[in-house]
Amino acid sequence: MQRRDFLRGLGILGCSAAAHPWLNTVTMAGSDGGRPLGDHRFVVMILRGAMDGLDVVQPQGAPEYAGYRPTLIQPDAPDLDGFFRLHAAMAPLLPLWASGELGFVHATSTPYRDKRSHFDGQDMLEAGTGMDVPLDQVRDGWLNRLLQTQKGLTSQTAYSVGVDAMPILAGSAPVKEWAPETTLALTPQSQLLLDRVYHDDLLFQSAALEAMELAAAGNLGAAMAAGMGAGKAIGTGMVPQEPKREARVRDVVGLVDYAAAQMLQDARIVAFSLTGWDTHKGQASGLPLALTRLQYSILRLKSGLGPEVWGKTTVLAMTEFGRTAKENGTKGTDHGTAGLMLMAGGAIAGGKVYGQWPGLAEADLYQRRDLMPTSDVRAWAAHALRGMYGIDRAVLEGVVFPGLQMGDDPGIIR
Amino acid sequence: MTFAPTIAAIRFGYGLPLPEAAPVTPEDMLALLAGPDLAAQRWPSAGVEAFLQAEAQMAPFFQARREKKPVPPEAEARAKEILAMNDVAVQATLARALASPDGLRERLVAFWADHFTVVIKQKYRRVLASTLVEDAIRPHMTGSFGDLLTAVTLHPAMLEYLDQSSSIGPDSPVGMRRNKGLNENLARELMELHSLGVGAAYSQADVTQMAELLTGLTAQPEKGMVFEPKRAEPGPETVLGQTYDGEGLAPIRAVLQDLALRPETAAHLAHKLAVHFVSDAPDPDLVAAIAQAYTASGGDLMASYGALLQHPVAWQSPFQKIRQPYDFVIAGLRAMGVTDEAVLTMKPGHLKAMVLQPMAAMGQPYQGAEGPNGWPEEAEAWITPIGLALRITWAMQMPKRLMRPVPDPVAFAKACLGDQASADLLWAAERAEDRPQGVGLVLASADFNRR
Repeated sequence: MQRRDFLRGLGILGCSAAAHPWLNTVTMAGSDGGRPLGDHRFVVMILRGAMDGLDVVQPQGAPEYAGYRPTLIQPDAPDLDGFFRLHAAMAPLLPLWASGELGFVHATSTPYRDKRSHFDGQDMLEAGTGMDVPLDQVRDGWLNRLLQTQKGLTSQTAYSVGVDAMPILAGSAPVKEWAPETTLALTPQSQLLLDRVYHDDLLFQSAALEAMELAAAGNLGAAMAAGMGAGKAIGTGMVPQEPKREARVRDVVGLVDYAAAQMLQDARIVAFSLTGWDTHKGQASGLPLALTRLQYSILRLKSGLGPEVWGKTTVLAMTEFGRTAKENGTKGTDHGTAGLMLMAGGAIAGGKVYGQWPGLAEADLYQRRDLMPTSDVRAWAAHALRGMYGIDRAVLEGVVFPGLQMGDDPGIIR
Repeated sequence: MTFAPTIAAIRFGYGLPLPEAAPVTPEDMLALLAGPDLAAQRWPSAGVEAFLQAEAQMAPFFQARREKKPVPPEAEARAKEILAMNDVAVQATLARALASPDGLRERLVAFWADHFTVVIKQKYRRVLASTLVEDAIRPHMTGSFGDLLTAVTLHPAMLEYLDQSSSIGPDSPVGMRRNKGLNENLARELMELHSLGVGAAYSQADVTQMAELLTGLTAQPEKGMVFEPKRAEPGPETVLGQTYDGEGLAPIRAVLQDLALRPETAAHLAHKLAVHFVSDAPDPDLVAAIAQAYTASGGDLMASYGALLQHPVAWQSPFQKIRQPYDFVIAGLRAMGVTDEAVLTMKPGHLKAMVLQPMAAMGQPYQGAEGPNGWPEEAEAWITPIGLALRITWAMQMPKRLMRPVPDPVAFAKACLGDQASADLLWAAERAEDRPQGVGLVLASADFNRR
């Protein structure tokens, strides 16, 4: 069904289209051929559950590390820079480290402190605010506030991919929300009648409108991909080999391939989540599953985008907080404070572990328990946005991340 | 208060048409709820004792699998039995929701099962999550919250899910011998999610002290919950300024009862009840009324439910909540006339294809929440383009598969929505191309998806 018919059926073309922010942007999608945000692509992965940064990028040069983490340390893990070693499950990313397309920020965190609740921690990470703003008063996410400051956006500029809610993209600016492989097959008459049935309920009306448009576009996209032979005509010429079955990468493949297809067209900003990081117990066997999904997502995205678009891409993988410096009693780690951010993409200046290292001596830990935060994770994201899109410092510090002080440019974008 | 039977059925039950002998006034609903749990008797499901006995028979099965040898027929049969226990649990839950006249009880069971979320992923242990509902939630959810909290916290399913079994007092004999220590997962969620709420004024020190206090609690094969004094951190612990000392379970029971009586817990539970049943942004007066009834009664849950059902705000239209996928599917099955017998005799494959997989696709896999905070409440979390597309798809496919004959769509709308069916919906239902699509339209409508 044509979107226009659906709008006519809803009776909103004539009367209330201007009042609804999403519909305004649909109009723009038809009329504005411009390219807001330029050519750079920005992908945010939210690692839900608190990734243990001290296990992923292991500070084996710190004298306390081996004693803190007797069952987790991997003495033979690949060396990064003489001080840090990379968790073995991330080894497939080493070529990217060598070519400067993979980097990390250690000992970084959101402003969230002390309660160590996953849910509040994730809310703050996605709201992009500080401890001065009550979380229940934040209505939008920082990526959406970024979009709100841009002119000429189309509804295809930003995508939230997958079935998880993504508060980071919630807000008044237009965002597409979709999971791959969703279909919506309705007869034209049923579609018309549904228009009428949803007429008085804005929530249902806008969700249905978007569903129909995306289902139509999705079918088209799939047909195009089949015609082209996805992964063959584009990218490196080779789809990376899938990891072992236990790591369950099937769903990630769907997400990443869909995201890559959108990014090859108009999408500039994409967000999705990966779960499985809450490793209270048996971390040595649990964490590799999540890490495999993470590293495979990055490799698959790189191959799906191809060298040209990958060269303009920045991926930031962020988590709500880190975990305790020491192992707990069950060969796992409990909720902590500072953690690790991963950066990947052809647009970044990688091959380096950024951030001021606070040390692991007990007196150097936060509350004598967690890695001490030495930077605000929002500042790194802000510098990435500034480096890629040239966004004003005042906008970043005042609107996107209210109250943030970005500090000097660390040069994470090439 | 203008009381409406349609609102009673849809907001506080699984919708219309009501099962036979279902009460329709708040007084009668509360009276039935205060009585015995007839649904648990009529549609039984296994408790943890039965599960542990069945699990004890599983050793030969796992041994054969480990050694990559053929599984003996006897062991294979035991494995099938333990899987069947879970099928029975799912079917009993659906049958109760579909057919029990005491719909309020089933909705409250779902509320508490979400409040005390437990997710068990291992294939042969999955029924453990349901045993928490059978043993701890159903018998205690009409008594005091302190008793409910205690029953849940001491249940093997919770001990296992939040890693309590492996938390060991660092200065306990076992901790010193094996150089092992705390796991604070249960201690934290107990305060953050189960009682005080994250906004309450507790500190990391309170969490750590609570974790020490809980050491000794374990869930063990064949035995269930066992308190192991050799794993318990010695000495007193101080939680929220109160010191707990003594042997065995007594100090743990004491702290749980104290947590239940905290004003933060009253406020947290009152807010959650009002949000779950009435509105994502509930009237502060309604929340205050529930909290006050809770506090005045010393944490009595019947008094709290009474305050909810007797408040005028609870009877206002329009419906502000979204039926979560589980509620939506149950209400849809009931509207389509699917009976408890039909669910109990349905082949597992059919149940999966028509009920469980669609629920999962809509974003709510059965007993499969992402974390211990359970499912989101906000309308926007459920009515997304994807979520709605899947609801529409299910609504359009099920009538022709489940209804013989498919009824007149307008009559169907009136039967399942009563006086809450909107004029637009009745207009559209009449104009559908055929009856299955007309009925599907009703199920897909905003009217039917709200409660």
